[in-house]
Amino acid sequence: MTLLDAIPTLSTLASGGAEHFAYHVAEAGPKWMALVPGLPLLGAVICLAMLLFKRDMGGRSRVPAYLVTALLGISFVVTLIGFLQWNHGQPWVVHAFEWINVAWGSGAGQSLQANASFYMDGLSWLWMLFVTGLGAAICLYASEYMANDKGYARFFSAFALFVVSMSCLVMGDNLVMLYLGWEGVGLCSYLLIGYFYTKPSAVAAAKKAFIVNRIGDLGLALGLYLTFTTFGTVQYDELFAMVSAGVDGSGHSLAGTWQATWIPLLLMIGAFGKSAQFPLYVWLPDAMEGPTPVSALIHAATMVTAGVYLIARMYPLFLMDEALTALHVVAYVGTFTAFLAATIGMAQFDIKRIMAYSTLSQLGYMFAGLGVLTTNGAAYHVFTHAFFKATLFLACGAVMHGFAGQLDLRKLSGLWNMKGWRIVSVAMLVGCLNLSGIPVITAGFWSKDMIIAEAFTTPNQVIAGSSLIGWVLLITAGMTAYYTFRVFFRVFVGPVEFEPGDEAHGHGDDDDHGHGGDDHGHAGHDAHGHGDGHFHPHAPGWAINFVLAALAIGSTVAILPNFMGDHGWVGGLLHDSTAFYQSGFGHHEAPAGEHALANSKMEVVPVAAHSAPAHGAPSHDSAPDAHAAGEVHANSFLGMNAHAVMYYVSTLFGLAGLAFAAYLHGPVGAWSFGIGNRTKAAVSRADGWKRAIGPIGRWAEHKWYVDEFYDLILRTPLRVIAHIFHAFDKLIIDGALVDGAGLLPRLLGRTLRPMQSGVLHGYATGMAAGIGIIVLIVLVMTLS
Amino acid sequence: MLINLLASHAAPQLHAAIEGGLGAITLYHYLFVAMVMFALGVIGFLARRNLIIMFLSTELMFQGAGLALIAFSRYHFNHTGEVFVIFVLTVAAAEAALALALVVLLFRQRESLDAQEWSSLQG
Repeated sequence: MTLLDAIPTLSTLASGGAEHFAYHVAEAGPKWMALVPGLPLLGAVICLAMLLFKRDMGGRSRVPAYLVTALLGISFVVTLIGFLQWNHGQPWVVHAFEWINVAWGSGAGQSLQANASFYMDGLSWLWMLFVTGLGAAICLYASEYMANDKGYARFFSAFALFVVSMSCLVMGDNLVMLYLGWEGVGLCSYLLIGYFYTKPSAVAAAKKAFIVNRIGDLGLALGLYLTFTTFGTVQYDELFAMVSAGVDGSGHSLAGTWQATWIPLLLMIGAFGKSAQFPLYVWLPDAMEGPTPVSALIHAATMVTAGVYLIARMYPLFLMDEALTALHVVAYVGTFTAFLAATIGMAQFDIKRIMAYSTLSQLGYMFAGLGVLTTNGAAYHVFTHAFFKATLFLACGAVMHGFAGQLDLRKLSGLWNMKGWRIVSVAMLVGCLNLSGIPVITAGFWSKDMIIAEAFTTPNQVIAGSSLIGWVLLITAGMTAYYTFRVFFRVFVGPVEFEPGDEAHGHGDDDDHGHGGDDHGHAGHDAHGHGDGHFHPHAPGWAINFVLAALAIGSTVAILPNFMGDHGWVGGLLHDSTAFYQSGFGHHEAPAGEHALANSKMEVVPVAAHSAPAHGAPSHDSAPDAHAAGEVHANSFLGMNAHAVMYYVSTLFGLAGLAFAAYLHGPVGAWSFGIGNRTKAAVSRADGWKRAIGPIGRWAEHKWYVDEFYDLILRTPLRVIAHIFHAFDKLIIDGALVDGAGLLPRLLGRTLRPMQSGVLHGYATGMAAGIGIIVLIVLVMTLS
Repeated sequence: MLINLLASHAAPQLHAAIEGGLGAITLYHYLFVAMVMFALGVIGFLARRNLIIMFLSTELMFQGAGLALIAFSRYHFNHTGEVFVIFVLTVAAAEAALALALVVLLFRQRESLDAQEWSSLQG
């Protein structure tokens, strides 16, 4: 706050013009909010200690799982209590302890203060609620899934540490805390992808994830540094006060400065890395090498949405730029990623990979949503996606667990009709319906529609080509429905057929797993029969079933927030956060009066926008004077109100994809509405279609050879350069310099060595000759 | 010839001694004998390969030096040189005992007295 006092004009603006900006002065929050990251940290430390002091009974002790589950559960309850006590509107700043506080001068920008403090506004609450909630649920699931693995304590230690880092990222009240959490989740992601460290592919995937993320993190680090040099602070409340006032740290206007363009662009690169957007997406599909609970929590529900969080949190900075350059890139890249990942997802056979590509695709939707100025749609999609994608992954994990690592959809069929697999199948169905955006009954439908409709609503003058973005997203929605139900139709319904995978449980040792049976709730005869050539899949136990059921219900209940309040519960939360942006181009369902009220109170006007006609002023009756700056009308969908018709249009696309999947992959009978004809696990109509479309199917199956392309343009040149440097090192540094310097004494030695002949007479002759020479010298000197 | 050179420059008395036929034996005669002994020692040491002969040659060099010392001592009427020669003879006797013992040991090793046999300490 010292900085604010130092600049009188700024504080005047911040308080005086408050009703025009989303900036709210923060109030102090209760200290016990520090328990949210504190409890998982305690869990991580205890698990690590158990591992170090060998108290985990070689992985057989269940204490780490239940301890971490309980601590995460308490963490969730604390978050919930905090949220219920939170007074909507004013963010909380909870000061835990002083962390970094240095000053090298008394002027503005000559000090750096970054405390271990938490900034709780609508955005933080939303993220923290699902991070801790899903974290606890998935931790319970993992307690069964990871059972009897030697690294049990190691797994839960890293798992808890992940939640700590994620809390730090989301709750931190300054950019340094965000960065700490950002790198922390990256580290935990690395540790957990490479959890099966004896498996070369897992180690390679972990390295790939870490290295690709470094590229993004470079952008983030530069962005944060530029933010600091521009504003002289990294604390959110000071930062956003300045951004709302449209000034930088020394009181100069930000309009048209290069910083206004480059800060968002750099932050965006960081977001692309963490949220796996093109071209930095290649690490996420490979990250599926990690245990499935990790894929569900980190690589689907929470960590990969950190990029969305970053952009939403920094939205005022993204709006600083008159031309919205960064948001254009975000929109295009998100849309392209959504489409590209969907095409790859359609051609994969590994169900976990399909889910990974669908995660990429859905993240693309979120970025597209941020790009077309609907933070509400993006955040709501993050929220619903967290639930249904976790459900899908955990269902896939249950399949993998039960069928000895089998993930090939050609080798599994009819799980619905197998004993003990009904809950998994129903959860999978719920997840698939949500991901496909099946109308009305699924949360995924509402959140996806919000983004697509907004893409059509946002005027092309503001985000160039937003209608095109809308169309691509619509087509992608159809493709999503197709590949999602391709999995469901092939694996979960149809004739009962299965072929076990080549590992036990998809992980580590299977020595006595299932023998006792009672600890899992499944009977002893489910024990593996690899040896006698007869395989019994073991159905999931209570923990997996319970979590799947809870998440399936959660995915469905996630519809409700859409109907709470004017813009949904999530919209209400975002309204009380820095991510708030009222586009002013749409939302035609809202009654005019409410809308006008909303606008007069909470309009975020891009700081630099007063001179930008494109989006300078919202076209609203409530602000007639604003029309002078220029008028922009909301776009429409083929001449119709996009928000009104989008429900029907996207329904059409979703159902078309579903029907296509049913026709190509559906089994004979009612499950595929009578249009499917599949009678075997491995054979379907799609095989003929794949032949018909020629090499395209094969290209998509090979992920469009993007990895190979990167290999060619990045790794190969790097390897060539490395070889050149290696040769230089060998020949020039080692050869010419080091060995060259050593050559001189060696040559000298070689010249002088014959003198040391070992022959006594040689020495004697030398001595005598020496005496003779001395005598001669003396004589000559005496004579002359 | 060498002695001529030496004599003509360094000592006029030598001319008298040589020109006067078999005159009195002067210091220069002693020195000449000492020099011849020393030179023979050096030549013997360099030319022969038998360890014992080589050892004998060193003894000869010793005695040449000792003779020169005694001659100078007598010439200057100073007994220091004579005392010193007695010490040298003592050391030489001790050294002779040691050296002969070494030669015996070396002989036992190689069954030969050839100095060329011992050249393993080469660079």
